[in-house]
Amino acid sequence: MTADRISGAAVPYLPRGVRLHDDRVRGIRVLLAPERVIQLDPVGHAILSELDGKRSLAEVIATLCARYDAPPEQIEGDVQDFLRDLADRRMVFLDGEAGGPA
Amino acid sequence: MRDDPAPRDIDGNPVRVGLPMAMLAELTHRCPLACPYCSNPVELTRASAELKAAEWAGVFRQAADLGVLQVHLSGGEPASRRDLAEIAAAARDAGLYVNLITSGIGLTEARLRELDGAVDHIQLSLQGIDAEMADWISGYGGSFARKMQVAEWVRAIGFPLTLNAVVHRQNLDRLPEMIDLAERFGCRRIEVATVQFHGWADLNRRPLMPTQAQANRAREVVDEARRRLQGRMVIDYVPADHLAAFPKSCMGGWGSTGLNVAPDGTVLPCHAAQTIKTLVFENVREVPLARIWHDGAAFNAFRGTGWMPEPCASCERREIDFGGCRCQAMALAGDARATDPVCSRSALHARLRAAAEAEAASDSTVLVYRRMTREKRG
Repeated sequence: MTADRISGAAVPYLPRGVRLHDDRVRGIRVLLAPERVIQLDPVGHAILSELDGKRSLAEVIATLCARYDAPPEQIEGDVQDFLRDLADRRMVFLDGEAGGPA
Repeated sequence: MRDDPAPRDIDGNPVRVGLPMAMLAELTHRCPLACPYCSNPVELTRASAELKAAEWAGVFRQAADLGVLQVHLSGGEPASRRDLAEIAAAARDAGLYVNLITSGIGLTEARLRELDGAVDHIQLSLQGIDAEMADWISGYGGSFARKMQVAEWVRAIGFPLTLNAVVHRQNLDRLPEMIDLAERFGCRRIEVATVQFHGWADLNRRPLMPTQAQANRAREVVDEARRRLQGRMVIDYVPADHLAAFPKSCMGGWGSTGLNVAPDGTVLPCHAAQTIKTLVFENVREVPLARIWHDGAAFNAFRGTGWMPEPCASCERREIDFGGCRCQAMALAGDARATDPVCSRSALHARLRAAAEAEAASDSTVLVYRRMTREKRG
């Protein structure tokens, strides 16, 4: 497993073929990707909703801290773990870092 | 549907019914290729019986209402349908994630551009790593060169691409090159799937059965490549199931998360289900999809665990692998309820394994190709 932290300057985004979806039948939010459906909890959904392909990881974390009035260390840890896992599964791309767009 | 009786399995046990996530839409059984392991039934559906594009649109809307999130447009070769772009757009309009499973043959750059915006992801089959192997296995001269061209167009347009390598004794030794090719194409994923030996592949056990040594080596190749490509490319690997200790969880459990619509609208729990001749399958032309899913006797037949005989009934893995594949149990044990004989706990396992070893030791390279009897053109 890659244990590396994602650089705060990296710009995370959902690549083509990966998208958020409102599952109206089950009443949940999911991430749709090739051959995969991932059920998102509110935290995961909040993180992915912030990825616009423009703002850096540091800016995304700052936005989430302000919105949820939570300490940066906690948000940073949640976001790092969540995005690193999805990046390893090629469901999140990181601009400006190895493992970015092919 | 309040007045309907509770759903029951093939033995009358009550079952719980979940919601399907994925639908395989077999748009046609027509295909220019003739791969000797084709997953289509041996009795192929003719073009004249295929659902029309407008009928597919209705099926997609019903599927989305039922809870399906992803549709896999497959065949046969889906590009053999001239109205593929219309069908793909209808699937996307229904709110589904659209995956196109294709050999690439029949696609042009212009046709691919028509699919841009409708298709989320493309899965391109790989029969071999060079023209000699791929054209021999597919029974279609020039298929490899054409496929490489299609992969370039797919990349230029920007579709995410998965290579789907089907492996067997004739090509498994070239697995490292298949993985390299996927990397060169910028694939995010490669699927490496060992041939499933039913249907057409059952007619080709001797030329295609991999050896134990090949399977062991393939495992090492996959493990090494996963480490090397961590964060760059995902490798999904389906090993030969008779060489494993336990069967695969076929379809994640019968009637549990997936369904298959055949070219003529017949709705199946899996693509091979029609080999179980005692089951009756309903058609979406006549019965609403939700009713087939929730109430259809064929879907309920093997839901849950109540129908299981021993050794499955008391097995701690019964809700992990659900006793394996019902179609394989039918084909190899002559009983769709039986423990899948690929399971090491099946009484038939030793005999199956010995047969597979004998098949793998064969030097046969004679392939029985998939063929459709030609339809008279009007």
